[in-house]
Amino acid sequence: MAATPQLQLRCCAASGCRSAGSEALQAALLAARDQLGGAAEAVTIKPVGCLRLCGRGPLVAVDRSGGDGQESSAGSTELYAELTPEQAPALLAAATGLGEGPAAAQRLDPAHPFFALQKPVVLEGCGVVNPESIDDALAHGTYAQLKRVLLECSPEQVRDQVKRSGLRGRGGAGYPSGLKWDTVALQPPGPRYVVCNADEGDPGAFMDRSVLESDPHRLIEGMAIAAYAVGAEQGYVYVRAEYPLAIERLRLALRQARGKGLLGAGIAGSSFNLRLEVRVGAGAYVCGEETALLASIQGQRGTPRPRPPYPAQKGLWDAPTLINNVETLTSIPVILREGGDWYASIGTEGSKGTKVFALSGAVANTGLVEVPMGTTLRTVVQTIGGGVPGAGGADGGVKAVQTGGPSGGCIPAHLLDTPVDYESLKALGSMMGSGGLVVMGETTSMPEVARHFMRFSVNESCGKCVPCRAGTVQLAHLLDRFVERRATLADLERLEELCTMVGATSLCGLGQAAPNPVLSTLRYFRQEYQAACRDPDQCEPLDACLLQEVTR
Amino acid sequence: MSVHTLTVDGIEVAVPEGASLLDAVRAAGVELPTLCHLDGLTPVGACRLCLVEMESSGHLQPACATAAGEGMAVLTQTPQLQHYRRMAVELFFAEGNHVCAFCVANGNCELQDVAVAVGMDHSRFPYQYPHRRVDASHPQFAIDHHRCILCTRCVRVCDEIEGAHVWDVANRGGECSIIAGLDQPWGEVQACTSCGKCVDVCPTGAIFRKDDTTAEKQANRERPQLLRSAREQHQWQNQ
Repeated sequence: MAATPQLQLRCCAASGCRSAGSEALQAALLAARDQLGGAAEAVTIKPVGCLRLCGRGPLVAVDRSGGDGQESSAGSTELYAELTPEQAPALLAAATGLGEGPAAAQRLDPAHPFFALQKPVVLEGCGVVNPESIDDALAHGTYAQLKRVLLECSPEQVRDQVKRSGLRGRGGAGYPSGLKWDTVALQPPGPRYVVCNADEGDPGAFMDRSVLESDPHRLIEGMAIAAYAVGAEQGYVYVRAEYPLAIERLRLALRQARGKGLLGAGIAGSSFNLRLEVRVGAGAYVCGEETALLASIQGQRGTPRPRPPYPAQKGLWDAPTLINNVETLTSIPVILREGGDWYASIGTEGSKGTKVFALSGAVANTGLVEVPMGTTLRTVVQTIGGGVPGAGGADGGVKAVQTGGPSGGCIPAHLLDTPVDYESLKALGSMMGSGGLVVMGETTSMPEVARHFMRFSVNESCGKCVPCRAGTVQLAHLLDRFVERRATLADLERLEELCTMVGATSLCGLGQAAPNPVLSTLRYFRQEYQAACRDPDQCEPLDACLLQEVTR
Repeated sequence: MSVHTLTVDGIEVAVPEGASLLDAVRAAGVELPTLCHLDGLTPVGACRLCLVEMESSGHLQPACATAAGEGMAVLTQTPQLQHYRRMAVELFFAEGNHVCAFCVANGNCELQDVAVAVGMDHSRFPYQYPHRRVDASHPQFAIDHHRCILCTRCVRVCDEIEGAHVWDVANRGGECSIIAGLDQPWGEVQACTSCGKCVDVCPTGAIFRKDDTTAEKQANRERPQLLRSAREQHQWQNQ
């Protein structure tokens, strides 16, 4: 047996590839295996999560001998893109060495920077484990850290590792996770809750969805460890209803974990109890704001409330509540396995570890990217992403990169050498955000981009506070004037004034960050706004604009 | 009961524990405009008029919904805050249909008062002229949504004081509106006790008695506080 190479086909079964027809492809592969017989019968065909290059799905990885997708000296992995069900027999034949494979253009090079520069930490199990099988997850080591900490570590020791890791919240704001965990744990005795924020709503962001669809058990393990560390016995995962596959797989994973005694009473033989439930959002973007999310879990209207008190002090039903994003909680098992110091050795001084980005827009390679913090935007966009298709030049046809969705900003091409970390992006008037990276080509109109995001904020404002409810509407109308090139310089002044007011006085993060797309495009592409002013005589000459851009 | 001392615009004040920053501001004798806040109702911090600046951090916090703490120092009248307040009032006027001249609350309208207080004599933002409804199905009262500023006082007084929860908010953003029952005509909502508290607390002419015409609305905005202190501290108005 040892002489026969073991073959495994990993078929991406996450939303991106499914929308490209991966289900039919997998069925065709199974049928082809039965039909071919012989050597093909020994081939394992398993559904896995995201294989990263979402833009060219459906993707299938072929592992020889080594398996697990990790290339060993004895094994190798090939990756095929854009497969059709008709190509299934050819793929199987090629895998077993009995015939020609699919077209060479469909065979991806695993040494391409898109794959080679990635550092999977959060996505370690994505594309490797079968998201619908707890046995496969257990075989890949999931829940091992939970069992270990329950047996060997005190909650303080767990929190200590998280503090040492330097992990910061991946939901966008970057609050130090260890500090938040301590704040919850050190509240006066009483019930506590742990909540996972999976209400990923930024346009262009699909990191959390991919994690939920690809490796839900790792998230559950991370949540269970967090609950143990802060003393919570009840937790909720708040997922948006727009992620049906993620909800389905998460619910299945929770059932499986309960069945294996990894959730519920006396987990893994310890005295630790934890009940985890899924709460499904109803389509409001603002419910990703933590206080609105908590209100929504309690069955109330999803509107934010002023902080303080912060949820760590008074959250669900006024009890201390730990609320973390999917990516944050999913990094926990690896941090405990490798140690906080190991995690802290990745990344930059102020931003440790890795960050998952959802790369999309005018870029050749669209998909999920996990890179160490401090990687430059240029590496992400041009080396990994391949730049704008068909464009050349120093900046690869990139005009700007939008980070942080409607709360973030546009970073111009000349600043592409900025390292990706919380502080650097904030200094540029954008923000890390949840990880959506939208690349914009040279034909993009910046006032239009700003209006697009402002309209998003208009639609998604909860309507509670006046700067956000009425201010965003006025901002969108003002931006209409620039897009339609009927603005005046007075409009430009009013636009800036109102942006400042809405940002400074809104109740929650949605309103406070809503002007960011306008402010950042004003900062770097002011000439486009000035060019849209009605009377050309009133506009500043172009060279003055450029000078201003440099000095600002 | 412990006491917190803090400064408001440099004036030292002492307030009991549990007091809000708004209580402290008032204790200092400083005038601070409010719209959504009403004594006796849970603060929501929605109108943003009572924002104050924390001297230590420069952060803005709603005075009504922030607890006063020992040693805090707040500023209430910085030029920036006054500028923001005026803009907020402009936004209120621009988003609804507020025509004082024939409004039932003319002369007894908190929105009008606030506009005077912040010196807003015109709005620089274009009026939106939204299409809104008028619901006059209730035998005694009516609600004119054109004049509603979504302060949610009616929602809170009906829920917290009357216990009927007739009112709530539907939709979101600029589409938000106050609804009766399950978005029914007010007159058909059986839970309504016709107590009139929503009329009393409404800061504008949005909820009014049908008997009243232009400038005739008489509101009783102290009612929630009187009822709450009667219930919780057993202090009655006539004692």
